[in-house]
Amino acid sequence: MKKLFLLIVCCLPLAAAAEVIYEKKSLYRNISVIDQGGELCMRFTLRRTRFSSMQSCMYKKDHDLLVFDYAKLTFAGLLMNPNPKRVLIAGLGGGSLARVFREAFPDAIVDAVEIDSAVIDVADRFFDFRAGGNINIIEQDARVFVKRQSLHGKQYDYIVLDAFNGEYIPEHLMTREFLEECRSLLTADGVLVANTFSLSRLYDAESVTYEQAFGWLVNVKQETGNRIILTSRAAMPGHKELRQAAASFPVDLSRFGLDLKWVARQIRLYPDWNRNARPLTDQYNPANLLNTPQ
Amino acid sequence: MLGFSPRQARVHAMYGFLVFLLAFAGGFSVMSIELLGGRILAPYFGSSIYVWGSIITIFMVALSIGYLLGGQFSLHNPSLKRFGVIFLICAIAVLPMIFGAEALMQWVFMRFEDPRYGSLIAASGLFFLPTVAMGIVSPYAVRLLVKNREHSGHVAGRLYFVSTAGSALGTLLTSFYLVLYFEVNQILYTLLGVLAGCGVAAMLVAARQGESAA
Repeated sequence: MKKLFLLIVCCLPLAAAAEVIYEKKSLYRNISVIDQGGELCMRFTLRRTRFSSMQSCMYKKDHDLLVFDYAKLTFAGLLMNPNPKRVLIAGLGGGSLARVFREAFPDAIVDAVEIDSAVIDVADRFFDFRAGGNINIIEQDARVFVKRQSLHGKQYDYIVLDAFNGEYIPEHLMTREFLEECRSLLTADGVLVANTFSLSRLYDAESVTYEQAFGWLVNVKQETGNRIILTSRAAMPGHKELRQAAASFPVDLSRFGLDLKWVARQIRLYPDWNRNARPLTDQYNPANLLNTPQ
Repeated sequence: MLGFSPRQARVHAMYGFLVFLLAFAGGFSVMSIELLGGRILAPYFGSSIYVWGSIITIFMVALSIGYLLGGQFSLHNPSLKRFGVIFLICAIAVLPMIFGAEALMQWVFMRFEDPRYGSLIAASGLFFLPTVAMGIVSPYAVRLLVKNREHSGHVAGRLYFVSTAGSALGTLLTSFYLVLYFEVNQILYTLLGVLAGCGVAAMLVAARQGESAA
């Protein structure tokens, strides 16, 4: 479903024009850069025969404008924390999320953690995104980085987990213990947003895991298979507060294609998962096995 | 088996079967623990290729040392009873993985920034000793079963076959099914129980063998 949607969104209109302009095999995956006419996309593939998801796309004429809805939805955390000062992004991709933080919140310090040096290299060469100024790019496993930052007493007020690409899940980034470590990095009003899946049996297990680590979570999702989880150390917000925050948001985000009122409308406050599912822990974590069609 | 009483023949058959069974269990446990090793280290060192590199290196080094030691030990009064003791030691050596892993990994994590060396040190702390002990099993088992030079290669071949088949099954069961239903520590407890059970069984049969020989 997710893949079908992505395929329709990014391949069909320009199917004839799509052209692979660069391919690289890294330790973790095959990375292709695809020129789709209007957009440049980074794609991760594990298998050639299957349609694979576009990891990150960028309009060639306007690098700031976000291409995908799910990328826009990861900014739902702004409705709870409108002025992020320290941002942690796990999973760099083409750097489109980090770019928005850099441009919209020039004082914010952004730590982007990416395990794959080849992705960092491709982001630099093709997606006009590199470290510098308030942007740090750290080539490390996000779990190790989070643990070490927590040891050093570092704090963040906005954490984005964008390390799940749909084909293989780094299981140690989807456990209650990891989420508790992330929570310990958050300031009192810090938010955590995760770009993840809404299909398969993993949905229930993942939801229960977040619920145990944070006490609550809300879904930001459309019918397309992508799911953004929003949670925080602060109390769970209501629709009214979220809509007010969107209406009175201090920064103009329209040049990123970001309409927070639209984002607020995609937030579902009511749990729609099976609360009896078994949570994922460092001890028990068949995330990849659960993420197969039932 | 001319000259054996029926009871002696029975004990003898049980003896051969048991040594093969134990070699199988040893092979199974090594690979099951190796796969769980990745799970155990991931929270502190991630799951990058170097973490697997650390684990496999430590297992290979430990097994090679275990083979060497097993060969040495087999020179001095080899017996089924001592074979059983090796399995009891294997079982005990699994305990730190259950009770000491967090403390050890925390200690290493605080002292080594580079997750490559961190994972290598943690892997050696957790997996070296049990894997050495499991490496002792194969050459020692060969010695227990070999009766004469002519069939020594035959025996060794069959033992490698059985223990490596055990490793294959340990790998498959652990990665396909066990992690889907059980916690890492539950699987480790089970392996500990299997290894200890093997040790006790060997010692019981050794005792009966002693009686029937007397």
